[in-house]
Amino acid sequence: MTFEMDYLAIAPELVIVATMLVVFALDLILTRPKKYWTATAAVAGTALAAVPLIFLAVDGEVRSMFDGSYVVDEFALVLKGLFIVSAYLVLLLSHQYIESERFYQGEYYFLILASVLGSLLMASSRDLIILFVGLELTTGPLYLLAGWRKGDLKSNEASLKYFIMGVLSTGILLWGMSLLYGLTGEVKFSGLAEATVGLETEPAMILAVLFVILGFAFKISAAPFHFWAPDTYEGAPTPVTAYLSVNSKAAGFVAMLLVMYLALPGLSDIWAPALWILAALSMTLGNLSALRQTNIVRLLAYSSIAQAGFMLVPFAAAAVAGSNLEQGFSATITYLVIYSLMNIGAFAVVIAVSNRLGTGQIDGWSGLGKIDARLGILVAIFFFSLAGIPPLAGWFAKFEMFRSVIIAGGSATIVLAVIAAINAVIAFYYYARVVKAVWLDDPAADVIIEPERQSSGSLRLALLITAGLTVAIGIYPSFATFVGEASRVIATGGG
Amino acid sequence: MEWFESWGLTLIVFVPVIGGLLIGLVPKDKEGLVKALGLGSAVVAFLLSLVLISQFEFGGGSYNTYQFEVNNTWIGAINANYHVGIDGISLPLLVLSTFIMVLAVIYSWNHWEEPRNPKAFLILMLLLATGMNGTFVALDLVLFFIFFEIVLLPMYFMIGVWGDKTLRKIPGFAKEVETRLYASIKFFLFTLFGSAFMLLGFLALYFKSGDFGERTFDMVELTNLGGAGAFTSTFAFLVFGAMFLGFAVKVPMWPFHTWLPDAHTAAPTVGSVLLAAILLKLGSYAFIRISIPILPQEAKSWAPFIAILSVIGIIYGSLACLAQTDMKRLIAFSSVGHMGFVMLGIATLSDIGINAAIIGMVAHGLITGLLFFVAGSMHHRYHTREMSRLGGNMKLMPIMGGILAFTAMASLGLPGLAGFWGEFMSLVGSYNPLEGLSLGVFRTSMVIGAIGTVLTAGYMLYMLQNVNLGEPQAEWEGHEFHDVDRFEMAAWVPLIILIVVIGVYPKIIFESTTDTVVSLVQTAFDSDITASLPGGG
Repeated sequence: MTFEMDYLAIAPELVIVATMLVVFALDLILTRPKKYWTATAAVAGTALAAVPLIFLAVDGEVRSMFDGSYVVDEFALVLKGLFIVSAYLVLLLSHQYIESERFYQGEYYFLILASVLGSLLMASSRDLIILFVGLELTTGPLYLLAGWRKGDLKSNEASLKYFIMGVLSTGILLWGMSLLYGLTGEVKFSGLAEATVGLETEPAMILAVLFVILGFAFKISAAPFHFWAPDTYEGAPTPVTAYLSVNSKAAGFVAMLLVMYLALPGLSDIWAPALWILAALSMTLGNLSALRQTNIVRLLAYSSIAQAGFMLVPFAAAAVAGSNLEQGFSATITYLVIYSLMNIGAFAVVIAVSNRLGTGQIDGWSGLGKIDARLGILVAIFFFSLAGIPPLAGWFAKFEMFRSVIIAGGSATIVLAVIAAINAVIAFYYYARVVKAVWLDDPAADVIIEPERQSSGSLRLALLITAGLTVAIGIYPSFATFVGEASRVIATGGG
Repeated sequence: MEWFESWGLTLIVFVPVIGGLLIGLVPKDKEGLVKALGLGSAVVAFLLSLVLISQFEFGGGSYNTYQFEVNNTWIGAINANYHVGIDGISLPLLVLSTFIMVLAVIYSWNHWEEPRNPKAFLILMLLLATGMNGTFVALDLVLFFIFFEIVLLPMYFMIGVWGDKTLRKIPGFAKEVETRLYASIKFFLFTLFGSAFMLLGFLALYFKSGDFGERTFDMVELTNLGGAGAFTSTFAFLVFGAMFLGFAVKVPMWPFHTWLPDAHTAAPTVGSVLLAAILLKLGSYAFIRISIPILPQEAKSWAPFIAILSVIGIIYGSLACLAQTDMKRLIAFSSVGHMGFVMLGIATLSDIGINAAIIGMVAHGLITGLLFFVAGSMHHRYHTREMSRLGGNMKLMPIMGGILAFTAMASLGLPGLAGFWGEFMSLVGSYNPLEGLSLGVFRTSMVIGAIGTVLTAGYMLYMLQNVNLGEPQAEWEGHEFHDVDRFEMAAWVPLIILIVVIGVYPKIIFESTTDTVVSLVQTAFDSDITASLPGGG
């Protein structure tokens, strides 16, 4: 067993670590009015981390380290790209928000970067231990960030709820994993995949798999384990919420899929029905609860629960039907990537509008289109895209979902497809409600428009990038199909 | 004209949306430039479609061969292509679409409903044009789906922003709701519900086509497979049902029609015109283009069911018309009846019936489009659509009244005007439907449909009597009413001329459609022609 370090392979992680240290150091040196340099450093560092990714992608070689526990293949690169791009966008969103509310800036960026580092590790992990460490590093800093608005009781509640639920789910997850290890003596995915064959009737194994799923279900806030999410989303600072609903959710998602797909494919009889139920419940409960929301962030919280359900559909369907998991896996990852882009966009526009109108209540957004047409158009783009209306990117995500379900075949999956189709219509209703308030309703008589509270340059850049991608992928989905293709050739890390 | 071969259709589809983008760059206060750009792009698309007619080779050719075909990779990973083309069936509809769009822009020149904003309104209209034109030329199911759905967004905003602001008590709502808000979301939800299932149907076809080679969304290939009997049994039955849901909501067929009266009544005039004249045709066109050729055997088993729903629609629409007091709502319900005739024609699966359906679609587009124009203009002047208050219109605005009378006559199917052919031939078709279909069902449908034509005459005359005849109401005394203005004339006269021309000389439509339709019926249902399935399936 040799441990050769391939520094290019872990260069993105190294750049992020270096940036963390720079941010930390800057925070110590700089005086208060100059703290914005920490933000600049964080943004620049994140952008820099993308450079080695490009080299690795051009190179195209599958790099495997630590005896196959840590793998950099096309799939890992796509995910790392997603994590870095979405982190970059979230940092752009944060800048104005964090500065205007007089938060601690240095620590904020340090913690966000730590979380990004965790998700990068997770994307490459091919054994349970690295996966677990990566996942915990992703979520750990967020317990603090959720409570960043110290003076606000809601933010305290958000942080506490998230922490307790997070720790509980970690415990459950770890217990499941330890059972897996105890039963097979393996932590590596490739080893587990072989060792678990034929154990599907073993009671302890059933318990282990269910615990693992339960743990992940909390992390990705799939129904019925979603109760913490709306409160946490509402209480946390909005950029943190964007991060929670995109990066941290995506990380949890990918971790769960990696374990199921690579480590436990032989036990799909146990986890497939569980995922089917999670998907159906998340879509339905998420959507029905979203219908009643009056606060935009809570609405997005429930919408993200429902979207998690949609995302699970292809993979769950393929597993239940016993067909090739590859198709379902790649559709789920495609959905995840498109969702991430448009959801960050949605949060960016929420920040911009709340900034402009001073409210996060949907009613308060009435007539925004007449006050600021450009923001109004952006609201329409992101919310209709989330609803899956062509020609915006969301349609392709939904399309891929339905396509892989139909390919999977079988009656249980057709039922899931019909549930998804009905849910897609329900979802449209509440997304459209936001657009209706913005474009169809008149501004309230007493609305205070503050012309000087324009969005900062970085927020505009984030809006431009996400809106551009949302429209471009919608019209020419080939921009996004490489994600699915990359997911098909995922390397297991070998033996 | 080499370039036109490969670029013609693409330009017709995308010139409007490009015009819309250009308008987006013009500042709001330069209204003249905004309008000029809007009219310009609509006219260019129309002129291009005239060039298309001149270059089109009429007659001959078997079904499933297209002209001006373009086939490029679009989404390689799922084998969905940018495949467009046109044949005798889609040509009249495409030209209708570009033609009505020009008239709609001309009409809107000085008719802007509150909150005005010509810039936004024109952008939406042009986006709508791209969606409609695209649907008529798409030969790939994914592409078709996208165009079919694109029309939803602009129409939603048109109804929702510029629509009727009267408060209405709607069952299930605690407070009174503005008509536009209710109508716009209802329109969207109904169509979306239908198209979600339509998409599942498309995907199922795609999946099944994998048994015979590479999976494909291509309508031409799927038609070949379908004609050779690739899709059968329960699978095909369900797929037809799923697509039926999507198309039937759009047509709309009874009992999926309830969005239509609300949407039509609430929409601004131009919105109602486009909705009636073109949007409704997307559904019936899809039946002819997708359902019948790809799933011919299923079309046969579903046909009696469709025929029954169609005649229910005819009778129901007519009776509902008689109960209306709102002029626009009456016209809206008349669409349910007319589209019933179109769908009855399609359900016969005979060449006469399908020809009837196409000319019926074109005629309905022209006539009902004009009716909505007139109704809109009258509302503009009287600020009411209550027929009881509009009496004596003929005395106040003789030209307007005359045009209304003319159009109503065309709508009730007076021989010599365009509306006649669709109704008449669809009844003839149902006397003698495709061999193997239940004669009992279709001949009964014919009789009921014939009663429907009498009812149609009844409600149209009822409207004319209420609106045009009699003495003006006392409330209008002392009001000066401006009769038809020049923009209205410019938009309406071409419609009137075409209604007469098609009525007297329907061959200008049949010239294009007949051969293609005959060939469609032959290839789909003639059991002598059986192609062999590739892949040994």
